[in-house]
Amino acid sequence: MATREEITSGLAEILEEVAGVNPDDVAEGKSFTDDLDVDSLSMVEVVVAAEEKFGVKIPDNEVQNLKTVGDAVSYIEANH
Amino acid sequence: MSNVDVVVTGLGATTPLGGDVASTWDAMLAGRSGVGRLTLEWADQLTVKIGAQLKVDPSEVIERVRMRRLDRSEAIALIAAKQAWADAGLEDSGLDRERLAVSFGSGIGGALTLLNQDDILEESGQRKVSPHTVPMLMPNGPAAWVGIELKAQAGVHAMASACATGAEAMSLGLDIIRSGRADVVVAGGTEAVIHPLPYAGFANMRAMSTRNDEPEKASRPWDKGRDGFVFGEGAGALVLERADHAKARGARIYARLAGAGITSDGYDIVQPDPECKGGARAMSRAIRDAGLTGADIAHVNAHATSTPAGDMGEIIGIKAAVGTHPVITSTKSMSGHLLGAAGALESIATILAIRDSVVPPTINLDDPDDKLDLDVAAHKARQLDIPAAMNNSFGFGGHNVALVFTRA
Repeated sequence: MATREEITSGLAEILEEVAGVNPDDVAEGKSFTDDLDVDSLSMVEVVVAAEEKFGVKIPDNEVQNLKTVGDAVSYIEANH
Repeated sequence: MSNVDVVVTGLGATTPLGGDVASTWDAMLAGRSGVGRLTLEWADQLTVKIGAQLKVDPSEVIERVRMRRLDRSEAIALIAAKQAWADAGLEDSGLDRERLAVSFGSGIGGALTLLNQDDILEESGQRKVSPHTVPMLMPNGPAAWVGIELKAQAGVHAMASACATGAEAMSLGLDIIRSGRADVVVAGGTEAVIHPLPYAGFANMRAMSTRNDEPEKASRPWDKGRDGFVFGEGAGALVLERADHAKARGARIYARLAGAGITSDGYDIVQPDPECKGGARAMSRAIRDAGLTGADIAHVNAHATSTPAGDMGEIIGIKAAVGTHPVITSTKSMSGHLLGAAGALESIATILAIRDSVVPPTINLDDPDDKLDLDVAAHKARQLDIPAAMNNSFGFGGHNVALVFTRA
């Protein structure tokens, strides 16, 4: 079972790889689109990479609810 | 003939000879070849193992995350266009973007993306296919990216006429400015499809040189030993500008794009008309469009790709439309054949030939074809006063484009 910190740090690695986000900027309160400048196509890449990294399924209708890094951490924590 | 003067105020390129215009031109004047053994492992499986790969990989110029969203042909189009834009001094000029258009094409388009993503689809399924796939492979992608980068709002155009594409982009740019639809057009061509599938296709047409043991000697237009073209990748871009607009802002002017001529053979999907009738008509139209006669054309940068079938037909066409006097060359002997980018790179070579009063050489012309009876700048660059010069480009499908540049 990964901790919330471990999931956040894993997401930060993905965000850096896919969208060039500085890992230091990634925190639970940050919005993917408004704070981290992740556009919709990059978000698709983030989701696919996160599914692989954490062994979860993130259905398309769930992605729209993942507004912040914290939302994604909570979803992954509850489902992996 | 038009009463609107169009001039060239910026040049940009990334080619097998160099990562910019200056290094590419230096290499041409020195007679250096950009052809080598392919550095890609799949080449061992194919009959053709040579090519003209970019001297500077685009990943050295464009940052990693941006490269993930760009097909290689789009990345190098952006590099060439941004160089041309900076060279023209337009960055801080306050140009009204509603007066800026883009005319930028590719012969084959985003095939690298198509093929690479198809591999991913086959191996890993739909979920792993990049969501950037469609904008990366669409043939208007390079033009669109250039338009976005430069905020062009007078229209973004992408043409596809195989190996005549780069030249057709210039011709359309000329038309756009003459018709009053824009004051500035960034025009160019791009190609980056060094991949086993296009290689296999061209190789099976027997269109490519198999001189694998002597890559630097493989591209040898008009030489008796020529056995096909050498596949190259690269991009070239010009800033075309209405002359009075350029003068009003004190821009440095390289040359005038004085005329263009476009025809089609209506003959065969791959074979050129053996007597180059369509090519000659394109040349005649370009000369007339420029308000000149054949006698005014001092130099021709020929299409001559080093194929047994194509090279000599063009000689017949040049003699018919221009005459026996021009000093001709094929810079493809050094750059390889950049397909959809060829007309753009060779426009740059033609313009710099005018500026520097020098014809770049045709290397490897050791044993000229018996029917070659025009004056070629063989082996070494040749000093020549060039008030006006022509650049020819012909493409699969029977597309013929001739451009006439004159000293500004």
